[in-house]
Parts: sequence; structure tokens; C-alpha cells
Amino acid sequence: MIHKDKERIIVAEFHKKIKEAFEVFDHESNNTVDVREIGTIIRSLGCCPTEGELHDLIAEVEEEEPTGYIRFEKFLPVMTEILLERRYRPIPEDVLLRAFEVLDSAKRGFLTKDELIKYMTEEGEPFSQEEMEEMLSAAIDPESNSIHYKDYITMMVIDEN
Amino acid sequence: VPCSSSSLAVSLKAALIIQNWYRGYKARLKARQHYALTIFQSIEYADEQGQMQLSTFFSFMFENYAHVHKEELELRKQSLESEQDMRDRHDYVDLIDVPDSYNGPRLQFPLTCTDIDLLLEAFKEQQILHAHYVLEVLFETKKVLKQMPNFTHVQTSPSKELTICGDLHGKLDDLFMIFYKNGLPSENNPYVFNGDFVDRGKNSIEILMILCVSFLVYPNDLHLNRGNHEDFMMNLSSYFQLHGKRILQILEELYAWLPIGTIVDNEILVIHGGISETTDLNLLHHVERNKMKSVLIPPTETNRDYDTDSKHNKVGVTFNAHGRIKTNGSPIEHLPKHEWEQIIDILWSDPRGKNGCFPNTGRGGGCYFGPDVTSKILNKYQLKMLIRSHECKPEGYEICHDGKVVTIFSASNYYEEGSNRGAYIKLCSGTAPRFFQYQVTKATCFQPLRQRVYTMESSAIKILKERVISRKSDLTRAFQLQDHRKSGKLSLSQWAFCMENILGLNLPWRSLSSNLVNIDKNGNVEYMSSFQNIHIEKPVQEAHSTLVETLYRYRSDLEIIFNAIDTDHSGLISVEEFRAMWKLFSAHYNVLIDDSQVNKLANLMDLNKDGSIDFNEFLKAFYVVHRYEDLMKPGVTNLG
Repeated sequence: MIHKDKERIIVAEFHKKIKEAFEVFDHESNNTVDVREIGTIIRSLGCCPTEGELHDLIAEVEEEEPTGYIRFEKFLPVMTEILLERRYRPIPEDVLLRAFEVLDSAKRGFLTKDELIKYMTEEGEPFSQEEMEEMLSAAIDPESNSIHYKDYITMMVIDEN
Repeated sequence: VPCSSSSLAVSLKAALIIQNWYRGYKARLKARQHYALTIFQSIEYADEQGQMQLSTFFSFMFENYAHVHKEELELRKQSLESEQDMRDRHDYVDLIDVPDSYNGPRLQFPLTCTDIDLLLEAFKEQQILHAHYVLEVLFETKKVLKQMPNFTHVQTSPSKELTICGDLHGKLDDLFMIFYKNGLPSENNPYVFNGDFVDRGKNSIEILMILCVSFLVYPNDLHLNRGNHEDFMMNLSSYFQLHGKRILQILEELYAWLPIGTIVDNEILVIHGGISETTDLNLLHHVERNKMKSVLIPPTETNRDYDTDSKHNKVGVTFNAHGRIKTNGSPIEHLPKHEWEQIIDILWSDPRGKNGCFPNTGRGGGCYFGPDVTSKILNKYQLKMLIRSHECKPEGYEICHDGKVVTIFSASNYYEEGSNRGAYIKLCSGTAPRFFQYQVTKATCFQPLRQRVYTMESSAIKILKERVISRKSDLTRAFQLQDHRKSGKLSLSQWAFCMENILGLNLPWRSLSSNLVNIDKNGNVEYMSSFQNIHIEKPVQEAHSTLVETLYRYRSDLEIIFNAIDTDHSGLISVEEFRAMWKLFSAHYNVLIDDSQVNKLANLMDLNKDGSIDFNEFLKAFYVVHRYEDLMKPGVTNLG
């Protein structure tokens, strides 16, 4: 019984949190958001789905005949489940560091700009040109034309807190 | 070197991890940007609403205050005829001479395009236009505007496209940018400026001058629509006070003579705010628009009676720019209520996705109109599209209601450096509207996204905190009511509930909480930390904190009221006037401050002990200090 009450409170809190995040993107105040913002909303709630996972989620919350808009009524239960199940947890700092180290096979402590571009635009779920430019603008040290990933990660982590 | 499939898989996975992480980071940055915009917008509209509420206070005040100026009222009644619309050049322009030592631009009347160039060059050099010319331009503009109809009808063609610009709000750099990208106004390059040229930004006068001079040179090709900020009461702040009462006097009339809207190619309606389900374009074509003085001076009920029964010698009362309480022996000074409301709807409404027409609770004036209202009104008048402004959009423009409503906003970086783009539209009959965006930036190249977001976010949080501190007493009471165990802590939900209710701002409190309060490891909020690192500076040590808080909270309302009362624009009001006004104010706004407190404060503020208070100094003495920052400039927030 106690468990059920507690869960109800937790769910109620999640609902409010999800509603807040959703409303910020609901420009016309009619309980819908542009489907292109769904990724941003889900990520702003602390989850980190891959592009593939995001694609599947969108399919789940879309209308049978996609309208380009996602309704809150469809989004809420799906997002609540995600939060309850703690799905798509964010990448811990050390895992991120190890990922860079894997790409830095020579263990120099940095990746050159070209190497970064190659990995990010050719492997995994490739970046768009815009995404690549954005990441470069903050990550690349202009003098050495490389990314010192340990410092970069530290800076990003400070940003997020 | 052989590349094993497992190492390939590993590097693939590594790339994926980094991409995934980066996309998450970027999305959270974007969300923070949106949160900041939401904060700016909520506070802006709440402030507008606060100002709108002043109108009810003014009505209340007239009834109770008028007797103080009884003799003045009598005198005014007698001189009414001679004053009415008899304002001559002599009253304005010729009273001020331009000294030989003046190095600024000198305009030659009648104006030509040379004067436009002259003015633009001068303002680029940050020169100031002499008051004589300012007044002359405004005076001449008013004269020409009077001849314009309520709606200007414009035709476009491939060789004569029309450019439509939205709110500029005193941001001169944006106007320069538009002229740079799109060319100066001329017979072949017509423009519509869709209201809100002034207020908030620091170059309102300069923008007004450029637009008015361009209008005088090309009256058939430079079209000005009235916005809700082209309202002398909304401008009754110290900014315009600096420019003298004569400018305010002319502006009062000039604004009222600005056309209500533009109709392009008989199919596109261009107005500042929006429409309502009762919008009647035929009526609006015929109203006496110059009688719509201010949104803060609503028509009194007596006006309607007067129209039907001329025997009654009812007297309405109104303010004008010199703050004099004027009596109106005649009915011609006021619009009937339903006409006044029609204009308010045009100047204040916002489109929303929900069908129907609802009161615009965000701003306190006009309505929210849905796609069904748009269709109904456009169909009724055989129009295809509504172009409006009034709302800041991140991309400078936004299309809604199935392509039928376009919002165009031309003040980039409106809330803060990096907050939004500006845009303008080019129209040509037979082709789709084309949108052009820009963003004025001080830096030579864009800062990285995270820097821009950080700037915006800090700014937004700062002004939000100022709101919070101005309601400290009410918030503390609300927190304590919820804190049954007197632990000093509340759940996030309880804290959010209190903040939303007391501040009246619909914001994502849970998402913002980490920026505003301390949260312990159990996720509970130490609610008194809402007030840390910020306090209101007391103008005098003896002032009680609740009084200080109240005065800080109502600072901008009080500024308007004081300026309105200040009958000779001296910047001074008598201690007696202060006391009388405060009594009314506290009664109307239900402010529970001891009269003796206020009296004490008034006496303390009477620095020269001569019975008068310099109210601008008085108001500037209340300002917020952010602990980890330099002292803020008094009375100034980031909203300009």
C-alpha cells in the first residue's frame, strides 16, 4: 500500500515536470509541439536516447496519420514510463572520457580537428554539418587545431551544473 | 595494419557515445535558451498587465483626487475652447532656438532625402538632434498624419515590392541593419513599420526621427502603423521626461493620429497586435482614431449617456501630457466604449492555437484569437492574410493559423544579446512573401552557442530574482504556511506552487529550481535560499523593510503616477500630494502599510525640508543589489 502511494506521488511529480518541459515548446499554447522539438524536450528531462531510439519514440507518440505535431496527451504516458524505468540514462563522465581515449589510439591526450570530423561525420550516427560546426566552435583549440578532450569534458561538465 | 572487426566495432561505439552525449548536451542548451526566453516574455507581459491595471487606478484616483485641484479645474474649463486643437507652431517649435554653437545635424524644411541621409549619418556618429528640430519634425509629421485615413491602402508590383518591418522598440542598430540590407525608403522602395517603434531600447527618439523624416519626404511610400507602445501614458517614464514636456505633448497627439493599419493589394491586413471575433473593419475605417489617446484612459460610462442626451452637462475627466486634470465640456474628446475596445483589440491581441476568442490574460488587454477567428474575419472581408507584430519570436518571424497569420518582429537581441533574430518581409502581389532575417551583434563573430545561452540565462535569472525579492514578504508567508513542521524546507512541488501563485508567473519552476534555490540531497528545497545573494537597497536606514519592498515592487507604477500628478513637470511633488496619492494607492492596491510609516518616509525624503520631494530621485533610491555583482544602475532592469 505504501509503495503504491509513493509511486503515485512520484508519478504526479513526473507529470508536472514533463508538462513544464513540454509547455516551454508549446508556442501556440494548444498542447502540441512540433515533432522536431521532441528530441530536445526528452533530452532536457535528463534522458539520452540515441537518434535511433529517438526515432522509435517519435513513432510511438505520433498520430496514426503524422501531422508534424505531437500532442501532450500521447507524449505524457510514454515519457512518464521512460522516467519511471530510468531509461536512456545520461553518459557518465568516465565513459565519455574512455570513448575519446579509444578514438585516440596513439594516446596523445588529444584528437586533431580532422580526426574528430572524420569520426563524428562518418561513424556511429553521423553529425550533420551544423552539428559538426557547433561542436568544433567550442571544442577546438585554435592554436593547435585539436581537441584536448579531457579539458573539454571538464568544461562541459561544469557548464551543465 | 589489420583492422580487426572488434576494434572497428569499439570505435563505432565510441563515436556513438560521443555523438549521443553531445546531442544531449546541445538539446539541454537549447532548452535552457527557451527557458530564458520564457522568463523574459512572462515578465514583460506581466509588467504590461501591471501597467494596464493602472488605468483602473487612475479612474479611482480621479473620483477621489479631483477636488484637490478644484480651482485649476475651473480655470481649465474656461480656457478649454482656446486650447483645443489650437496648438500652434508658436507653442512648440518657435519657443526653442538652435544656437550657433550647435554641431549636430541641421534639417531644412521642406525635408528632402538629403535630410534622411544627414540624419542617418549623424545618428551613426551618435550625435544628438537638437530639440528644435525634434519638435519641428514631430509637429510637421502630426500635421500630415492628420490627413491620412485610418487604413492606408497600398498596391505592390514586381518593380515596387513592399517591405514590412515589425517592432523596433528603440533599437537603432536594427533599423540601420534593415536599411543596409534592404535599402533606404524611396518611391520604389516602400516600407510599412508596424508599430512599437519606441520604448525599451535606448534610441526611441532617434528611430522616431528617422521614421518621421522619411515619412515627411515620402508620405505615400513610408507607412506607419500604431502599436500599443505608441501611447503617451506608456511612455510616461523618466526616459521621455528627459526630453521635456513639449515633446510629450506633441507625442500625445502624434501617436493618436497614427493610422490603425495598412491593407496591401486588397488582400493582406497589416496591423500591430491582432483581431478579435468582433473586429469590425468597416467601423474601424470610420472611427475618429485620434480620440484613442491611451490604453490607460478608458472611456467612462458617462460618455455613452452623453451621446444620447446632450442636455446633461456631464463632465468627463482626463489626463493629458502635462498631467493636468482636464475637464471635457464636450463629448468629442472620447471614443464610445465599443470603438475604444475595437482599437484595443487591434493593438493588443495575440494569436493562439486554441479555437475561440479569450481575454488576453497575459497582457491584460485585447484577446487571444484562434484559427477559427482568423478564418472568420479574413473571409468576412475577403482577405487572405494577417501580418502582425507585437510578439518577440526567436527567428524574427513566425507563421501560424495554417499560414494565414504571420508575426514579424524586427528588434533582434530584444531581451538580451543572442535572444532572438530580427526579420522583415517583402511582399509582391502574385508571389509568396519572402522573409529576411538578421541579428545585430557587438562581437565581430558569433560566440559559441554555450556562451550565448549562458549570457541569456544569467540575464533572465537575474531579473527573475529581482521579482522574487520584491515579493519576499508574501513569499515567506506562503512558504511558512506550507511548512507545517517548521523545518525550513518544502518539497519541490510545494515550493513551485508558492512561487507560481505569489508571483503570478507561469514558468517551468521545477526546471529552473537549481538556478533559484538550494536543494538538499533528498530533493527538498531550502525555501529561504530563494532570497540569498540579493537584497533591496534602502534609501534611508530608518525605512522599514516591508515598506521598502512594497515601494520597490510598485516602482514603475509609481513612476507613472508621479509623473502624471506632476502638473508642472518640475520633477517635484509636494509632501502633501505624496501623502494623498499614497493613501489612494494603498487603498486601491490593498497595500497594508501603516500611514505613519509612509509619512515618516515622505518627511525623510524631503531632503531640503521645503515640503517637496524629488520623486525621480526618490524612486531611483530603491534598487536591487546582486551580491556578487557590481551595483546595478538604479531603476534599470535588463528589459530596458
